[in-house]
Order: sequence, then structure tokens, then C-alpha cells
Amino acid sequence: MAQRRTAWTRLTTPFANIPASTATTLALAMWIVVIGGWALLSYGRVVPNMFLPTPGTVLQTTYRMSLDGSLFYHTLTSAKVVLLGFIVSSVIAVPLGLWMGTYRAVQAPLEPLVNFIRYLPVTSFVPLFILWIGIGIEQRIAVIFFGTFFQQLVMISDCARSVSRDLVNASYTLGTKRSEAVWHVIFPAALPAILDTLRVTMGWAWTYLVVAELVAASSGLGYISLKAMRGFQVDVIFMAIAAIGLLGLITDTAFRILRARVAPWAP
Amino acid sequence: MGTLIMNATSQTAAGSRAAMTETTKANNPAGVANAVGDPRSAGTTMAIEDVTLRYGDANGALALDDVSLKVAKNEFCVIVGPSGCGKSSLLYLAAGLNDVTSGSIKVDGREVIEPGPDRGMVFQSYTLFPWLTVRANIEYGPKRKGLPAEQRRQIVDQYLNEVGLAPFADHYPAQLSGGMKQRVAIARALANDPAVLLMDEPFGALDSQTRGTMQKLLLRVWERQQKTVLFVTHDIDEALVLGDRVLVMTARPGKIKAEIKVDIPRPRSMDVILEPDFIALKRRILGLLHDEIDEDH
Repeated sequence: MAQRRTAWTRLTTPFANIPASTATTLALAMWIVVIGGWALLSYGRVVPNMFLPTPGTVLQTTYRMSLDGSLFYHTLTSAKVVLLGFIVSSVIAVPLGLWMGTYRAVQAPLEPLVNFIRYLPVTSFVPLFILWIGIGIEQRIAVIFFGTFFQQLVMISDCARSVSRDLVNASYTLGTKRSEAVWHVIFPAALPAILDTLRVTMGWAWTYLVVAELVAASSGLGYISLKAMRGFQVDVIFMAIAAIGLLGLITDTAFRILRARVAPWAP
Repeated sequence: MGTLIMNATSQTAAGSRAAMTETTKANNPAGVANAVGDPRSAGTTMAIEDVTLRYGDANGALALDDVSLKVAKNEFCVIVGPSGCGKSSLLYLAAGLNDVTSGSIKVDGREVIEPGPDRGMVFQSYTLFPWLTVRANIEYGPKRKGLPAEQRRQIVDQYLNEVGLAPFADHYPAQLSGGMKQRVAIARALANDPAVLLMDEPFGALDSQTRGTMQKLLLRVWERQQKTVLFVTHDIDEALVLGDRVLVMTARPGKIKAEIKVDIPRPRSMDVILEPDFIALKRRILGLLHDEIDEDH
């Protein structure tokens, strides 16, 4: 009984904490395995370089495209599309979702419709969007919007609905009017969950980027990937994928920081 | 031996006062003064008349069957009953959080039709606003009322001290223990200066030591603040330690089965549970509740 737990016991105990240094080491090891495996497969010619570029080639391409500014230009275009689509979607989905989760009278008409639409594949709407709004940046923004909005609406409505009834009841006994409850109680109570929803759907918005740039785009990371495919430039495709992943990671971290700032009280 | 008043529609104020003074003297040879006097001399604050509650529609299960009771100004009135008897439902009705099926509830003569700050409530579950600090939680009601900042600060400071949480004013609820959360909840409800304070098993989720501490604190606050309290619990000790009067409810559908006047002198210490008067009252209530549980099976 008196014997202290060994490091191994700690590592293999469900939910047990591990030292921060161990966690960092494990995370680094994972990247080394992934990149090492890639290096092995590509440098060792296990997979022909035509299909799998070496890490060195990808770095060279990244360096070259950074120097001439094209990487920055395409990244900026893509980020603009994703952020605009995401912001327009969120600005509508947050208040509407709050209403939907709060008032049955809003939920009843919207929910069946939204649940129908959100299972439709975004790609099937691309031809329609092109007919309706042309091939400008608006069309790409529409794809991102369409991919995220209906998911956001349902998730944010759930955030609002799971606010404790007694919290709202308590606010009434303290003088909150019915019309004030959404703003004074339900919104702040649901805020951490809403921010988590936004963080998750932001990730989804990035995944729709290539779909959005599939047709009729003339710049952007998805666009250069498609162009590179035609020219068998796998190194460019790898670079574009890595750039999208990196941007996703940055926005994700930004959302984590925002949540810690805006809702420091939430676990 | 304590005075038991069965199935009583309230005695006249004068008679009750006399009876209480008598028993206080008799039971209290040490001569400790009754700190609050007889609460019933001051008139009725809350009147519940012939209240019936059915769950769902008019054909739903009967939860409360023709319940009538009065709570006098500054009285500490406790309702005990078996679980599921509808005692919490009665409190939600009094708060205006649910609608009665028939009957009426009046507070200071005004009919209850919706919730309002004149009926503060402390819930069994923790209902502090997690996004507000302790101070801001207590300030919430006065802020809704539109009181000026300086006055709000005074009220908050007063109640922070009253519940002994001044050092935790800037903490968030997540950083507090269960007992501390309920202390803030009491302070928050009192900061609104409600006509009646409704308490729905507020200490039910706490461990027994903390519960004792909280009862002591609530008694101290109540004796100083002179509030009208309607308190619901299933804990007989708690009912007798706190109450001026204990109403025993039947199992579903809930009805008031008996009214027991607790003439144990105040201020009460927690040791009161060992005294013969207390035990006699407890035995009486246990008997009433056991009948209920037996009838149920």
C-alpha cells in the first residue's frame, strides 16, 4: 500500500494526469513518426516521387513560393473566403440558434427544415450557386456558408436548450422579465458551449475550402492544388494541404484563447 | 412537552401568542429570551387557498389536493413530507414558476400570477450564475431593480458579511464549495429584500456537517433580518431546528395532514436535537410520516 505508483502505472491509469514534459515528448514523438515515415517512404523510393514527394522537395517548393509571394497571395484568398463565409454564417446562426433553442415557437417551424437541409451534400449545390450567383468570390463564400450554417444552427440551438431550467427560474425570482431571459441568462450561460461550437465548425469551414475552389476559382490554396494535380506537381499539393492544416491549427488556437478570455469562469 | 395542534386552521394571533409565551417559560427554566417573539402577531404574508395541482392537462395525475396554508409575517414555516408528495411543486407554485390548476396564492394580498422579486427562492440545485462573481451574483437582483451603484454596493457588502463570504467576493461559483454556493444563493435572494423567502431543500445536496453549519447560519441570518420564510425539506431534524411551525404533508396527492407548532425557545443551538421536547415532536412527526409510507404500500 505504501509503495508509490511507478511512472508506468501512471501512464496506464485511466484519466490519470501525466507530467507536461511527458505529454510534449509524446506529441513530438508522434510527429517524428509521421514525418519519419514519410521520409522513409519517399527517400527510400518505396513510393515513386511522382506520387509522394520528399519532405525536402516540399520545403523547397514552399521556400520558392514564399519568395515570389504566391503562397501568401493564395493563402490570403483562401483565408478570406473561409473567414467571410464563417463570419456571415455565425452572425446569423448564433442569435437564430439561441432563439431556436429558447422558444418552441421558433424551433417548431425551423427544425424540420434545417434537419432536411443539413444532410444535403454541399457539392450538390455548387452548380446551383454558379447559376444563381456566378463564379466570383461570392459563390465560394456561399459554399462555405452553406456547409457551416445549418450545422451551426442545430448545434447552437442545442447549447441554448441545455441551459439549466433552474438557472432561468432563479433569474425570474430575482426580477428578470421573460423577455430578458435570453440575453441576461441563456446567452451567457450557453456562451462557452457556443464558442466550442464555433471552434468546431470553423474546422469544418476549412474542410469545405477545396470544394468551394473546385470550380471557377482563379486563386486560393484549393485552386493551386487542383492546378498542381493537372501538372503532376505533388509537392505543391502537399504544401497546400499543410498550409490549410496550419491555418486550421491557428484559428483553432485563436478560438481557445478567445474562449479563455471571454469565459474565464468556465472549465 | 410541546404543544401539538392537529389539522388546525390557524389559531387567533392573540391566543397563539399567549400559548407560546406559556410554553416558552415552562420549557426554558434558564430563562433565555425568545429572540423573535411570536411571528404570528404581525399578520399574514402568504396565503395559499384551496390550491390543487394536476400534472399536464385537466385529467393529469393529481399532485396537490386542496392545500391551504398561511404564513405569517416574519414566520419561519417549514413543510415536511415524503418524497414525491408535491412539497417542491407547492413552492414552485408559490414562486409563480408554475400555474395552479385551481385555487389561489396571495402574497401581501396580491395574487401570484408570475414569478417576481418579491418571492425570492433558493433551489436545491446550485443556481448561481456561473459567469458572474460572487459579488455580481448578489448584485444581480438589485441591478434588475435599477438601484443606483452605491446603494447596490452597500447591499452586497452587507449580505457578503452576513453569510461570511466577504473574502470570496471576487471568486466565481466554480471556485466555491457546495455550502458556500448555497450561502451565496441565500445572500442573493435576500439582497432583493423579498416579502417571502422560498427555500426548496436548499441543504439537501450538502454533507451532514455542512448542513448543520448552514442551518445555524440561516437561523442567525433569519433572526437578524426578520424575514418570512417558507422552507421545504424531508429532514425532520432540520424542520424542527429551523421552524416556528411544521406542516406535515401526505404522500401523493399532497395534502396538509397536520400542523405542529414548534415552541422550542430561540435562539436555538444545534444541541436542541438531544432535548426531550425536541424528541417528542420528532416522534410525533415520524409517526405521521410512517403512516403515509405504510399507506403507500
